[in-house]
Amino acid sequence: MSKDKWKKKYSKRKERDINFSNLSKIKINPLYTPDDNEDFDYDKDLNYPGEYPYTRGVQPTMYRGRLWTMRQFSGFGTPKDTNTRYKYLLKHGQTGLSVAFDFPTLYGKDSDDPLAQGEVGKCGVAIDTLRDMEILFDGIPLEKISTSMTINPPAAMLLAMYIVVGEKQGVPKDVLTGTIQNDMLKEYQAQKTWIYPPEPSMRIITDILKYCSENVPKWNTISISGYHIREAGSTALQELAFTLANGFTYVDYGIKSGLPVDTFAPRLSFFFNSHLDFFEEIAKYRAARRIWAKLMKDKYHAQNPKSYLVRFHTQTAGCSLTAQQPENNIIRTAFQGLAAVLGGTQSLHTNSMDETYALPTEKAVKIALRTQQLIAYETGVPNTIDPLGGSYYVEALTDELEKLTLEYFDKIETLGGVVPAIEKGFFQREISRSAYEYQKALEKKEKYHVGINIFEEEENVEIELLKIPEEVEIDQKKSLNKVKEERNNSKVKETLIKLREAAENRENLMPRILDCVREYATLGEMCETLKEVFGIYKEPIIF
Amino acid sequence: MELLQRFLKGDKPAIARVITKIENGTDPKLLEEIFPHTGNAYFIGITGPPGAGKSSLVNAIVPKLLENNKKVGIIAVDPTSPFSGGALLGDRIRMNDLALNENVFIRSMATRGSLGGLASKTKDIALVLDAAGFDYVLIETVGVGQIELDIAQVCDTTVVVLVPESGDAIQAMKAGILEVADILVVNKGDRSGADRLILEMKFAFELRDEKINWQIPILKTVAIENQGIEKLASTVKFHKEYLERSGEIEIERKNKLVLRVNELIEEKIKTHLHNYIIDQKQLKKMIDKAYERKITPHYITDEIVKKMFLKKEV
Amino acid sequence: MNKKIRILIGKPGLDGHDRGAKVIAAALRDAGFEVIYTGLHQLSESIVEAAIQEDVDIIGLSILSGAHMTIFPKILELLKQKNAEHIIVIGGGIIPEEDIKKLLKMGVKRIFTPGAPTNDIVDYIKSIIR
Repeated sequence: MSKDKWKKKYSKRKERDINFSNLSKIKINPLYTPDDNEDFDYDKDLNYPGEYPYTRGVQPTMYRGRLWTMRQFSGFGTPKDTNTRYKYLLKHGQTGLSVAFDFPTLYGKDSDDPLAQGEVGKCGVAIDTLRDMEILFDGIPLEKISTSMTINPPAAMLLAMYIVVGEKQGVPKDVLTGTIQNDMLKEYQAQKTWIYPPEPSMRIITDILKYCSENVPKWNTISISGYHIREAGSTALQELAFTLANGFTYVDYGIKSGLPVDTFAPRLSFFFNSHLDFFEEIAKYRAARRIWAKLMKDKYHAQNPKSYLVRFHTQTAGCSLTAQQPENNIIRTAFQGLAAVLGGTQSLHTNSMDETYALPTEKAVKIALRTQQLIAYETGVPNTIDPLGGSYYVEALTDELEKLTLEYFDKIETLGGVVPAIEKGFFQREISRSAYEYQKALEKKEKYHVGINIFEEEENVEIELLKIPEEVEIDQKKSLNKVKEERNNSKVKETLIKLREAAENRENLMPRILDCVREYATLGEMCETLKEVFGIYKEPIIF
Repeated sequence: MELLQRFLKGDKPAIARVITKIENGTDPKLLEEIFPHTGNAYFIGITGPPGAGKSSLVNAIVPKLLENNKKVGIIAVDPTSPFSGGALLGDRIRMNDLALNENVFIRSMATRGSLGGLASKTKDIALVLDAAGFDYVLIETVGVGQIELDIAQVCDTTVVVLVPESGDAIQAMKAGILEVADILVVNKGDRSGADRLILEMKFAFELRDEKINWQIPILKTVAIENQGIEKLASTVKFHKEYLERSGEIEIERKNKLVLRVNELIEEKIKTHLHNYIIDQKQLKKMIDKAYERKITPHYITDEIVKKMFLKKEV
Repeated sequence: MNKKIRILIGKPGLDGHDRGAKVIAAALRDAGFEVIYTGLHQLSESIVEAAIQEDVDIIGLSILSGAHMTIFPKILELLKQKNAEHIIVIGGGIIPEEDIKKLLKMGVKRIFTPGAPTNDIVDYIKSIIR
């Protein structure tokens, strides 16, 4: 039968009355055939896993060699509380740690800051000084575990604390493995945890790149994150395009600071969201690998194949979870986790069902972890590499996302690049608009969300929740005070002055920050010191 | 205590409430009651194209105006959505440093019904802040088309803010800028193109042939980094002294009263015309006739205006 | 006839999750409200002072950081201190049911949880202001 014949038959029948486009507003055809991949060239477009342009995966063996790292983002209360949770997760088969800090820490503020009131230990663990970090990793051997830290403006300080904890455990710097997020561009665009203006932030980041390429070579220095762009309301396409544009901007800055591209590019890693539209997500990961590889080779002339790789962590979409019928979130998360695995993720966090209410309980976290283990050990999905490669649909979608991403790059270019586009509010406006359009689409029932605008129920949700007691804040402030009493305050002052001088004199900040950390300077003290030199960022008015 | 008494004592909730009443037009007597207490504040207008950093400039300059125990009232005007009648007022975001200062009062306003221009009510609200005892009243608004003329009509000193990027907007605004600016500021002056813009504006100002005593200063600022702010504040104060010394302030303020009266007359006539005079049914009939080329639009106009003046009450 | 509902949308605390706040702000604007948005990372004191100067009918707070049991009581207390108890306080965010009960008892008028349609919020505000 010819395609035209089928088309005729198809058009005679009725379609369901819904909008058949995906979340990036790409129109989805009823059927994909070889016609949709006309110029398809296996070697050029796909090639073998571990081979340029890496569409099928970054390693030759993928999950047949080693499964993805199961890394649940976690942290709450005092460092001691979180240390207990880490030991629980490791006992249940988790293979890497991922630290969630509380808002004051993320924002470079101490637990006794007026703006920290009510926030200490709530959405993550509170870290004020090296002492807290020592407690957090007590009994966890840093040479055996890789640790991811979601931290941005104060990334240098938290990394320094981790390095010093390593020193105290007798683990040399070049053995440490892990990741700091350290992606400030997406903060200005989406996540909005900022301290300094963009230029000094970029300087701190390049200081870290430089320091680590020489001293902590196994550390992933930036985790270029689309996750938050997506959570703030972008489409999959915007997540892909903005994240990669940010990545190339870090490459530009690294090169501008005098680093040869191959010295730092292999340590760049990525962090993506996995949202509701299954195939769109899979195509997104595949397109990301191909676009990055091509440009790193053709535009930046990287020689080391490791510079071409998009190695990425995935977290399932927090914003897709519903407070209504929360058990459904387990299923949503399972689909999203599966998409990430089919897309070739290197590590995965699966959300817990109760996260629209509070931080997850142990039970909820365990189900989320088990979800990954089910994908890994029961479904058979990891048995073959890139199982959807060659699917007419997935390949067409991958091509389409690549094309549209390059169009976004052109737009950003005409605005003068990523930093000027941030200053002009381009990304912020794009994301806000998508968020609002999605909400409108839900309200007009052009898109469905089970429990929200279809299959709603009158219900009395009763689930067990994790409570962070108010004492956490009191205890944390007490222990902060104790550190301040016990440390050598004149030494602290001295190291802070040196940090200030380094900032003024464009010296690399990392060695100075390490000195401050060793003397138990607080996170707030270090950030305030740099503020005096760098100034603070003010939110632009963008709706 | 009476609202008015609390208001005159500088009680912020009372000031806020008086503004609301005037803005909503719910208490027509109120303006009369406060008017005798006005005439003491110095009005400064800050206008320019969108994205010029006007709010940041206000945030930076106000601390300088507050020196010597002065009080500053700020009106930040943003457009009302023509579709919904609602508005998103975000200028406070950039003025956070002032939020808790007890000598500062900030009020966000939407343009509401006024077409294109600065809300007529803004001018009355400026008077409210004057009566409430603020030494300086700042009006911050986007300058497009009509507005920069409007703002100059209320303010003693009008500061027009430009940025290097707003090239096209500036071309469109040039005539308006020349007409209204007492001080010109090129903000974000650290960006490329700033010096060229300054040269261009200097050139444009030199071309003016009228004999004017006040040479419009062109200043460079980087508001978010507090650069050039000291100079701007002293220039504003210098302009104030100039107006006072030369006696121009009295002439200007009287002129402004004339303009305000004219404007109010127009407004009143318009409202009256639309609310009472124009009989929509009759108008429709006449339009049909005009469409058939039986009568002219001029004829219709004459008929309506004639009818209006026969009415006695306004 | 010129009366408009004025609402202040505030983001107290340190979290940067302003997606919800901005979506609500846009929806309220489209419903004809005048929406004053004060930006991220606001002290409770600044929010209350802004609400008073702007003479808003209602304050809507978006809190996703878990600090709701600290921030809501503080805002209510400050409004009381400043004789501005007439300003209604509502909120939205990640807030567990049992905390919602406590907050309502304290004087918060209504809490919307994730997934609430913007229309419901608009209708609710219209129903209580007048």
